[in-house]
Amino acid sequence: MSEVVKEILKQYPDAGHDSLIPILQQVQDKIGYLSEESVIEVGKHLNMPASKIFGVATFYNQFRFTQPGKYHIQICRGTACHVLGSATVLEELEKLLKIKSGQTSRDKMFSMEVVACIGACGLAPVISINGEFHAKVTTESLKNIIENYRNREA
Amino acid sequence: MIADKTYLIENTLKVSERSKVSPETERKLRYIRREENLKPVIFVGAGTCGLGAGAAETIAKTKEWLQINQVDADVVPVGCIGLCSSEPLLDVKLPGKKRISFEKVTGDKVESLLSQIFAGQMPEQPVLGQFEAQEGQEPWPGVNDINKHPFFKPQVRIVLENCGIIDPVSIEEYIARGGYKAYLNTLKVFTRSELCDFVEKSGLRGRGGGGFPTGKKWKFALATEADQKYLICNADEGDPGAFMDRAVIEGDPHRLLEGMMIAAYAIGATKAYIYIRAEYPLAIERLVIAIEKAKEYGLLGKNIFGTGINLDIVIKKGAGAFVCGEETALIHSIEGKRGMPRPRPPFPAVSGLFGKPTIINNVETLANLPTIINKGADWFAAMGTSTSKGTKVFALSGKIATTGLVEIPMGTSIRDIIYKIGGGIAGGKRFKAVQMGGPSGGCVTEANLDIPVDYESLINVGAMMGSGGMVVMDEDTCMVDVAKFFMDFIQRESCGKCIPCREGTRRMLEILESITTKPKNRETHEPLARFKGVMQLEQLGRVIKDTSLCGLGQTAPNPVLSTLQWFREEYEEHVFDKKCRAGVCQNLREYSIDVEKCTGCTVCAKKCPTNAIIGSRKSPHYIIPDKCISCGACMEACNFDAVKAS
Repeated sequence: MSEVVKEILKQYPDAGHDSLIPILQQVQDKIGYLSEESVIEVGKHLNMPASKIFGVATFYNQFRFTQPGKYHIQICRGTACHVLGSATVLEELEKLLKIKSGQTSRDKMFSMEVVACIGACGLAPVISINGEFHAKVTTESLKNIIENYRNREA
Repeated sequence: MIADKTYLIENTLKVSERSKVSPETERKLRYIRREENLKPVIFVGAGTCGLGAGAAETIAKTKEWLQINQVDADVVPVGCIGLCSSEPLLDVKLPGKKRISFEKVTGDKVESLLSQIFAGQMPEQPVLGQFEAQEGQEPWPGVNDINKHPFFKPQVRIVLENCGIIDPVSIEEYIARGGYKAYLNTLKVFTRSELCDFVEKSGLRGRGGGGFPTGKKWKFALATEADQKYLICNADEGDPGAFMDRAVIEGDPHRLLEGMMIAAYAIGATKAYIYIRAEYPLAIERLVIAIEKAKEYGLLGKNIFGTGINLDIVIKKGAGAFVCGEETALIHSIEGKRGMPRPRPPFPAVSGLFGKPTIINNVETLANLPTIINKGADWFAAMGTSTSKGTKVFALSGKIATTGLVEIPMGTSIRDIIYKIGGGIAGGKRFKAVQMGGPSGGCVTEANLDIPVDYESLINVGAMMGSGGMVVMDEDTCMVDVAKFFMDFIQRESCGKCIPCREGTRRMLEILESITTKPKNRETHEPLARFKGVMQLEQLGRVIKDTSLCGLGQTAPNPVLSTLQWFREEYEEHVFDKKCRAGVCQNLREYSIDVEKCTGCTVCAKKCPTNAIIGSRKSPHYIIPDKCISCGACMEACNFDAVKAS
């Protein structure tokens, strides 16, 4: 894992403070989350204490500190989605997967995250699974969507 | 190759200056613009919203069909034309014919559509319309002009001009349509201060929120001496319910780059940042390609077209914090710190990114610039109202028949936008309110629907232009719930630096939560506390407004104050009658058991967390209202549909 981080850090020789967020973003892109070791390694490279890095990373919604599932579900909770019932969709999803926002299911298959707005308000309510969009989600269609992903594994 | 590019740009400039180009060049340009195509072209709307509606499958099926039937045609994924509710959109341009656009072309409909159209028949698929004819193009009989479509007819498209029409990854097509002409002319014609004057004269105001005059803002940065200045394009679009920035970048990234080049020249910046939210992967991808291409064409880099001007554009991905829409917070975020605002002055235009003069403009503001330069400040200033010039893009969503992006001249009434362009309320329901300006904005009610959209009129009715989100709500929407939704959002997004915002918004949310749940115990002071909370809500809101540090806190109570102003009776119903007329607030629902249907299986009684259900086995059960907390567990558990909610 640290090989991956080293590879990323190589792209930032003599990096300053302002490279911190792009580096963290790249680390999360590659390994799915910010592990403790990777944060320490980034800290060494930028000459910053790990506490300071955690301070910045926890401020932003994007960063995760636990391993996400194989399928990462983002539920849009923008205004348009809310008005068209995304709260119910979120509730249903929590029930279906038996996890809350920010958690990963036990079989490591699904993880979910509430996001502010995906920007597809015309098709609300929207969820995105590994970047794949599903529009006009209802509690019924949600069951099928999740079932489809489960079947992909079987 | 480079010579070819210069040739393309030079000739485009000549076309624009109405001096002569050879018919040969004109033909070449027409060919690049796909006005004269030798083989059929199929355009598919593949912005994020298009893809959400299934455009990826449409493209795949189209390619499959072309291969099976051995038809040689180009398939071009384009951005979003703005008509989200009709996605996926598929346009066909046959050689010698006008471009025709079909709506709702999901993957399964591709085969029959293409078979029919390539057999020379008119497909059965609903037609949006056909595009304006160019010379030598034959119209489709009996098909309306797309500009006559009720959605497009009242629109004036400047920022969205090319969205959904041109190939977003082709710089050649952008140039052939007159792109980058404004920038190159600017370098030739204007000095920096002349350019600032010119833009100030046009009356362009910031499209991201406050609406500060753009030219004026630039002058502050221009007047400040510094060895380095920065331009930042704010493409963070944290405002839930607005997506025009995403659509512009996905559909026409070069327009944004050109706007940035003009703005950077105006203030003398040699480095520019695009701060874009990470939730927009497609937009980022298109921007990366666009910047690469612009560099290749010599439009970015060192000594641009021999003028001695340098400019670099760098993409910085946002990390998901709403407060970063605030200028000083955004700057901190680029610097790699927590995105927390700082007191102003000094304003960023004097001391911003890394302590250097910095101008932050919104995507839509920048995207307006090329057209203003091309058509003139007076032309732009002639559109709109006395204080708000030009056009504004609105994102129509919520309970409206036609959702999408519309661009209308300032001064159009909100009623026209909702009823003429948006087709009114979906499902024949009654209009209740339209939420404008996101979490910083407010609601516009039926009584104010006829006000013109401009910065001042909207502020007067307690709403805000903001970034242009328009979420329509009907009678099934609970306004207290909407206020709660925004408070929840703001409470989570508050950076926590100043107390009024951090603690005040949390307290406001608590009050709203208490009035949307049933009091648990009538004997205690709880009902009184509920009532007291509501009394304080308004005052609390005003204090937060007056004492917060940044724009986020200063506007945070707006959703509550605005709904309190226009929908006080709904709040009162929640407090006094413990009723939610829209039936949204689940915790206020009253549950009862239908004795006819109840079989006495006791499932509900077992599920009830407060033992509010009594009854013996095999006889109908009963809910004690005072004990019920309205969780709805019984309704879900019942296998006989016997539990009713009201």
